[in-house]
Amino acid sequence: MEFFLVQLLNGISYGLLLFMLSSGLTIVFSLMGVLNFAHASFYMLGAYFAYQVSTVLGFWAGLVVAPLLVGLVGMAVERYGLRQVHKHGHVAELLFTFGLAYLIEEAVHLIWGRSALEYRVPPELDGPIFQIMGSPYPMYRTFMMLVSVAMLVSIWLALTRTRIGLVIQAALSHPETVEALGHNVPRVFMLVFGGGAALAGLAGVIGGAAFVTDPGMAVSVGPIVFVIVVVGGMGSLAGAFVASLLIGCLQNFSISLDWSLAGLFSWFGWMVGPDTPLWSLWNVKLSQAAPVLPYLLMVLMLIFRPKGLMGTREG
Amino acid sequence: MSTPPAPQSGSAQPMLAQPMLEVRDLHAYYGKSHILHGVHLDVRQGEIVSLLGRNGVGRSTTIKAVMGMVDCRGSVKFRGAELVGLKAFEVAHRGLGYVPENRDIFPTLTVRQNLLLGQKGTRQSGRWKMDDMFELFPRLRERADTEAGVLSGGEQQMLTLCRTLMGDPELVMIDEPTEGLAPKIVEQVARLFEEIRKRGVSILLVEQKLAIALDISERLYVMGHGRIVFEGRPSDVRGNAAMRKEWLEV
Ligand SMILES: Nc1ncnc2c1ncn2[C@@H]1O[C@H](COP(=O)(O)OP(=O)(O)O)[C@@H](O)[C@H]1O
Ligand SMILES: [Mg+2]
Repeated sequence: MEFFLVQLLNGISYGLLLFMLSSGLTIVFSLMGVLNFAHASFYMLGAYFAYQVSTVLGFWAGLVVAPLLVGLVGMAVERYGLRQVHKHGHVAELLFTFGLAYLIEEAVHLIWGRSALEYRVPPELDGPIFQIMGSPYPMYRTFMMLVSVAMLVSIWLALTRTRIGLVIQAALSHPETVEALGHNVPRVFMLVFGGGAALAGLAGVIGGAAFVTDPGMAVSVGPIVFVIVVVGGMGSLAGAFVASLLIGCLQNFSISLDWSLAGLFSWFGWMVGPDTPLWSLWNVKLSQAAPVLPYLLMVLMLIFRPKGLMGTREG
Repeated sequence: MSTPPAPQSGSAQPMLAQPMLEVRDLHAYYGKSHILHGVHLDVRQGEIVSLLGRNGVGRSTTIKAVMGMVDCRGSVKFRGAELVGLKAFEVAHRGLGYVPENRDIFPTLTVRQNLLLGQKGTRQSGRWKMDDMFELFPRLRERADTEAGVLSGGEQQMLTLCRTLMGDPELVMIDEPTEGLAPKIVEQVARLFEEIRKRGVSILLVEQKLAIALDISERLYVMGHGRIVFEGRPSDVRGNAAMRKEWLEV
């Protein structure tokens, strides 16, 4: 029970972090039709910028400044890159973001080197915060959840209660009409792209400190974010939210469980042993299979429900 | 450059003042296909002008080109200033309104939010307040906080019209507002046009049928194959069966 609660909390905090990443990707996709392969690179930039700022001004300054910087980078990418490429169609846009991801990774190599950075949780957030049935729960995990929930509430308020939020919602269905009513839609696109980048950057700041800050971090998280967007349903924010929590929990539970098919079989009374055909497959522990589970989920989803959990588009 | 011959004209309206909207030799393109071949038309202050023609002749493209929503060359002057090359939102800020043909309301937003998005700033200024819209169309008041996606076709048409008016345009271009509407609703639309004219706003109305166009317009243009093929007053259209047969009747 206590194991379950701790894993659940870990899953939720990781899932919320994933949502911070996938929300930007989803909004940008549904608004602009751009599937941004470089989205996870903004996550990485967030961590690196935060590290750089924190060496001078400390963790808290990094937490605020780094996402803003990443947001500016995002706006520049949209304004001077994507907007020019847009007239050549979606394939060109996709290739553009693909190239951009490599460029950012190489830039990180050049500036910060190839090894992981000493970017750590600040001492004031280190250590346990409360006990769950006797076992301590880390303060930093709690902090991750608080920041994510605060972010989530602000996005929701911004989208539903502000004028620019209304413009964004309207542009989701009829961007040309919105522009003809006098709204500067190209600027809205730029702000949304920058906002999505900033959210990814924020996820990078808190994720980088919790996990690792190295040049491989974009590649390690990028595919998961795509899985979430597909599983949730392309372009659905609510779907991305559910899928983020689902995959966050899936990953946390699976890495800590050593269930295997062999175990399942023996539970049914079928004994499998080293001489059974394909023994190594039956004996794979859930924890060993954990990294592929999200992809398995995505593949199954694409086969059985291609529009995702809450997607509205077909296929 | 040679000027193409003027279209046959049935009226000799004196040119009192410079027209509010002057479209000259307008060519428009979708990618490589050349859709408009030198359109000319004028709308004067306070006028209702109709642009008629069969499906596919380029009426929607003409007003989209004026609005800056289509690639084009030629000249579009509004109050003397050139519009070609401006973005759609800039054209809107010069005082042009556009009501698209497919009633593309914002379905997930409420009626009130749809109307608010018609406003260019956060303040309601100019000729139209939200309450005016509700006076004109009580149905919209009743459904003010409902998602616009569930409105009936006629209600959605009212909403698109009102939404554009909330931006206080000097000239509003309306694309096939009566298409598919019940006669009773068409009457309401015609009444709204009178109200718009009363408040000093000019209208460029795109229609396929002569129905309300003949009754409310000062002047009409007829398009064929991406050009203006006829220009005149309602009486000229009524008296010219050959033209109607060639360019309008289906
Ligand atoms: N988005 C588009 N892309 C390519 N061709 C188009 C597009 N919209 C309209 N057309 C073509 O342009 C011509 C004029 O269309 P349109 O202006 O919509 O006509 P109308 O409004 O008079 O019915 C038609 O032949 C139509 O097929
Ligand atoms: Mg049309």
